[in-house]
Amino acid sequence: MNYQFDFSFLWDPDNAYWRDILHGTWLTVQLTVLAIVLGFALGAACAIGSTSRIPSLRRAIAVYVEIIRNTPLLVQVFWLFFGLASLGFKFSAFSAAVLALTINIAAYTSEIIRSGIESVRKGQIEAAESLGLSRMQLLFDVVLPPAIERVLPSLAGQFVLMMLATSIMAQISTEELMAAASRIQSETFRGFEIYIVVAVVYLALAMALRLSFAFLAWAAFPRRRRLGTPV
Amino acid sequence: MTLHAIAPASTAEPAQATPMVRFNDVHKSFGIVEVLKGISFAVGRGEVVCLIGRSGSGKSTALRCINGLERITTGSIDVCGHAVTPDGKADLHAVRKRVGIVFQSYNLFPHLTVEQNITLAPRRVKKTAPTEARALAADVLAKVGLSDKIASYPEQLSGGQQQRVAIARALAMQPEVMLFDEVTSALDPELTGEVLKVMEDLARGGMTMVLVTHEMAFASRVADKIIFMHKGRVHETGPRDLLSRPETPELRQFVGTGL
Amino acid sequence: MTLSLANIVYLLQGTLWTVALALLGFAGGGALGLAVALMRVSRFAVLRLAAGTWIQVVQGIPLPVLIFLSYFGLGVTGFDVPALIAVALSIAINSSAFLGDTWRGCIQAVAKTQWEAADSLALNGLQRMVDVVLPQALRLAIPSTIGFSVQIIKNTSYAVVIGFIELTQSGKIINNALYEPFLIFSIVGLIYFMLCSPLSNASRRLEARLRARGA
Repeated sequence: MNYQFDFSFLWDPDNAYWRDILHGTWLTVQLTVLAIVLGFALGAACAIGSTSRIPSLRRAIAVYVEIIRNTPLLVQVFWLFFGLASLGFKFSAFSAAVLALTINIAAYTSEIIRSGIESVRKGQIEAAESLGLSRMQLLFDVVLPPAIERVLPSLAGQFVLMMLATSIMAQISTEELMAAASRIQSETFRGFEIYIVVAVVYLALAMALRLSFAFLAWAAFPRRRRLGTPV
Repeated sequence: MTLHAIAPASTAEPAQATPMVRFNDVHKSFGIVEVLKGISFAVGRGEVVCLIGRSGSGKSTALRCINGLERITTGSIDVCGHAVTPDGKADLHAVRKRVGIVFQSYNLFPHLTVEQNITLAPRRVKKTAPTEARALAADVLAKVGLSDKIASYPEQLSGGQQQRVAIARALAMQPEVMLFDEVTSALDPELTGEVLKVMEDLARGGMTMVLVTHEMAFASRVADKIIFMHKGRVHETGPRDLLSRPETPELRQFVGTGL
Repeated sequence: MTLSLANIVYLLQGTLWTVALALLGFAGGGALGLAVALMRVSRFAVLRLAAGTWIQVVQGIPLPVLIFLSYFGLGVTGFDVPALIAVALSIAINSSAFLGDTWRGCIQAVAKTQWEAADSLALNGLQRMVDVVLPQALRLAIPSTIGFSVQIIKNTSYAVVIGFIELTQSGKIINNALYEPFLIFSIVGLIYFMLCSPLSNASRRLEARLRARGA
């Protein structure tokens, strides 16, 4: 085997492909950040809803979570993107991708946060109730902060997986990193090289995301910052 | 009924006329097990009442019914002018604003500093301004002798210190009644003293207190009334020297075995 | 146009390929993953480092990228690579990192006293691992391993990126002809659900049982 690696297409004077890669990366980052923010909000809401006293709400959330967790993201994406289009909804590929990712990651987030909520001891809740805190105050001041601090590593892991999964959005022509790679491949026939480059970019993004979460934990949880122990 | 001390907040009304807490034939069942079989007693303003008895006698359950942590099955409890009833429609919020409780397992909020633990309820429930709440925290922490721990987190404190912070946290709501649920049972013997001392100071200061306790020496020294509970009923009641002259064989046996 | 019997048969064929891919991926990923896990707890720092790097790197690369890398990478050797091989290899590589990491946790979760007891009986390193530690680790590993098999089944859908006709791709092909996306992808989703849901439930039940036993 004497394969000659050739990465020169990246800075080809006529067609600087590194710009396409950068642009694709930027879209991947946008997709990821939007889906994390929206998915976290929806997932937290579902986690709270799954501790509600209304049985039908709990059941509806459980069904949603089961459906999402037992089907591939790609099928969910096709269902939404082609399905909504067939009903006459005009969605950009980008919005459809954000929507699908949000619905998907929220289900996982909900399960993770719910396990965090369940880890809060009953005595904590009794103490808060005895102090006269309302249900909402109890939730936001006493239950959620330690719950989320505890499950932050699992959440971060799940969000990294989701960032990597944005790579299938090229399947509905979202112009993210994989789409850029595929176009470059078809123009340069340097498939192996381009996907090595793309792999390195994703690896860097994954590390950056993990670091961001470590920083977030540091910034958001003063107790951990000072003591460095699990809550 | 002994009138031990008058709380500074109390006005012209005589203490005996308005009990702070009154149990009226209270029953409580968990499923088919009846834990409280009709108990009645009253706690006057400024009184210190100790509930004693074997585990399973219903004393902790009775205490937890006062602020609605357990819902009673029949009967009623008058708490600071509010009625706690079986339907759960009682204004628990109003009761809980007036009644503080301290638990065996401290139950401090682990993610909050000592100061934040104390200021949380005043700020959220009473809408106390932050500066005022902080002043309040400094004040109650001084009372339990932990002013230097204001910025610590619970896990940095010993069990005794955590329990004193829990007392301070309850005091910050300026309660009219304080409940103590076996607050020294989880502590190493050498740490119980500091907690009991804080409680004794509170009692001397005129706080209305209901305690579930195994500290018989403490009860004999500080209580205005001792209630011996046995098998879900109030079995024997008397002043603080009750333990030195028990009348029923059950109490005699209970005192005799130490616990 | 409506769904014909031929379409259903086509979807079921796709399902068979999905199952085949998942089995291949699980077998390959399991074998590779066991090696990764054992290296991760090895006495030799070099092996630990190599396995750790493998886990970190593979867990940072999307499966579709791995599929392309396998496809083009095997291509440069001059072979004409069947898509099935490229996809199965990629799933195996991907699974090895996740299973390796999980199994490493299970091996280390076996009580230290067990390792010491094995040493005290003068078992050698291999005997200690095979006769004492692994059997106990296996019990701990079953729930999460079954849980990850659900992930593997879902991951096979990524074979779409190089046009391998498994379940999702066959759904896409039928949809291109019929244009009934809700119907077709609901059926496709339902088939995945029927494959995955029993495994998810089993994993959850076993997990609960393990926790109840205080393990």
